[in-house]
Amino acid sequence: MDRGTMECAVDAQSLISISLMKIHNSRTQRGGIKLHKNLLVSYVLRNARQVYIKEKYAEIYRMQQYEEVMTVCNEIQELNPLDPEPEDAEEEDLEVAALSCCAPLQDGGGKEPETSFYRSCCMETPGSPCDPFAGNGSHCNKTTVLDLDTHVVTTVENRYLHQDCCCSAPQCAPVPDSPVRKRKGDFGCCASDLEEVSDFSASRKRVRREECTDPNYTDTSNISNLISIFGSGFSGLLSRQADLEQICSKQALASLGAWTRAIVAF
Amino acid sequence: NRAVFFAGPGGGSSDVQWYFSQVKGAMDDDVAEADIISTVEFNHSGELLATGDKGGRVVIFQQEPESKNQAQCRGEYNVYSTFQSHEPEFDYLKSLEIEEKINKIRWLPQKNAAQFLLSTNDKTIKLWKISERDKRAEGYNLKEEDGRYRDPNSVTTLRVPVLRPMDLMVEASPRRVFANAHTYHINSISVNSDHETYLSADDLRINLWHLEITDRSFNIVDIKPANMEELTEVITAAEFHPNQCNTFVYSSSKGTIRLCDMRASALCDRHTKLFEEPEDPNNRSFFSEIISSISDVKFSHSGRYMMTRDYLSVKVWDLNMETRPVETYQVHEYLRSKLCSLYENDCIFDKFECCWNGNDSVVMTGSYNNFFRMFDRGYRQDMTFEASRENSKPQSVLKPRKVSTGGKRKKDEISVDSLDFNKKILHTAWHPLDNIIAVATINNLYIFENKMN
Repeated sequence: MDRGTMECAVDAQSLISISLMKIHNSRTQRGGIKLHKNLLVSYVLRNARQVYIKEKYAEIYRMQQYEEVMTVCNEIQELNPLDPEPEDAEEEDLEVAALSCCAPLQDGGGKEPETSFYRSCCMETPGSPCDPFAGNGSHCNKTTVLDLDTHVVTTVENRYLHQDCCCSAPQCAPVPDSPVRKRKGDFGCCASDLEEVSDFSASRKRVRREECTDPNYTDTSNISNLISIFGSGFSGLLSRQADLEQICSKQALASLGAWTRAIVAF
Repeated sequence: NRAVFFAGPGGGSSDVQWYFSQVKGAMDDDVAEADIISTVEFNHSGELLATGDKGGRVVIFQQEPESKNQAQCRGEYNVYSTFQSHEPEFDYLKSLEIEEKINKIRWLPQKNAAQFLLSTNDKTIKLWKISERDKRAEGYNLKEEDGRYRDPNSVTTLRVPVLRPMDLMVEASPRRVFANAHTYHINSISVNSDHETYLSADDLRINLWHLEITDRSFNIVDIKPANMEELTEVITAAEFHPNQCNTFVYSSSKGTIRLCDMRASALCDRHTKLFEEPEDPNNRSFFSEIISSISDVKFSHSGRYMMTRDYLSVKVWDLNMETRPVETYQVHEYLRSKLCSLYENDCIFDKFECCWNGNDSVVMTGSYNNFFRMFDRGYRQDMTFEASRENSKPQSVLKPRKVSTGGKRKKDEISVDSLDFNKKILHTAWHPLDNIIAVATINNLYIFENKMN
């Protein structure tokens, strides 16, 4: 995915939230849901999600390496740092490496929300009280599908996990519909702001979006809750590296289905 | 009696000058949504020009006969008929409002004194008869002149009513209503060369109708998957071949075109030909799928070629070659780096149409900033013009416009960031026999013509 050709500072995360907002708004558009437009939006969602997952995967890989190194760092610190043992030379290298790894994490800057999101994932290692496999996520795994031909409404239960649901329980209400209603308020202000922009000017648009920035708007957990409504599995982020690779590729294949399900649901 | 004017450059080369002729529509900058033009179509002789709008109205303009005083000065187009074709409806079962916006108008070939056209919104197609009345019967026995009935007892003599001339009245009456055949939104209608049947296409299905029969239609294409979760593409446009009544094409959101032969089977789910150009992997982006979606497909008048429009380009295909188009014209390649912003403001979903000139030598399509583009296939030249009120002095020459893409902007060029993306030309039409074009901005219709030397 060549992102260098795009002029405006687009990242996968903001594309995902913009796309979800478009799908959400299409529910209230006059004339009914436009199947063609929603299908195209779902392709953008899929593409952005693939990049997002890849980035997350890369970050997790880096962080896991960092954690391993930090473990070694701690062990090193227990030893006498002034004892010039030949084997320590190698460990000192590791320490230096660990310290340089620490730096990017500390100046999170714009990636702050992402880092905190990641941390919440990482800290909940198996054995935490919030065990996603315990079936606590049952309230978040339903998708409603309306077949426009037969007018049959079916509710599909998909087995997938969303740790955010468990960890941030207050944000994920027991009724599947209410997170959508909650989000309406958040999007309301931003949707009208985006629509008001009539002149095409990338810089001007960026200013407007900054003005509109509601702490919730670009919050990753916000996105992940919405994604949970759409039946997507971000579970790949939560397990170990090897599992991660497997799940990521499976998710990539299954993802389009999940997104088109989202269209039909509305 | 209309002469064919375009021997020589077809209109796209720099030897040809285009002139402003007329502009129709309100002058205010404040555009009423109902006035937004949604379709433009010349009839088969070019004498009539129909427009449809978002408010469900159809306005037909008629060209005045050439004046004898000004030789070679083509007649003006004036309003001939206006009528409300579709009204907003509500589907109570699905809790959906059905928009009255006219998606397409297609003229039937003229068979008698009256004119017929098909107009469609998202769900219903209507056949309209437009007829002239210039005589009125007077002297009825049982009715007064004002229409009140006379007391039969007061009638003592009989007379034969006579026809007297009256002011020309143009009447539009709905002759057929073709309803309840489309679950999804209708995007195209196309009249067959047999003049008896026509097709209508929505996102997932294409139906074949007989013009006389409204209570049933044949489904000839159905791409709805058994499981909607497996949906990957939709139908975006469809058209009958201009002289082979068994052949039609339909385009998809994936950038493919399928040619189908109705003789092969009743349900044309298996195409006869598939036209597809492999994607350039260097151009891959988040928006690749959107910009490859085809928004319009049009056969050439000859029937040998067809043209497709996607977001950034126009492609001409030879029906004998499925692997790639024979010609590709970049409409506004400078937008490729702006796709993210165009996605945010929804412009990337704009559906541009395209059209051929009468002898298939030039193709035309619209762009933003009220620009429209012509590509002369023979002379390998392209032109960019602007439809604006500023350039609307009678008979003023249209100056070619240019968008500056590099760093240095020359005089008279406009930079990409100055383009007005609210001013878009989605609908254009070319007179079938003459170098007259109709270009629709959001709510105005511009008519341009070229000059004979």
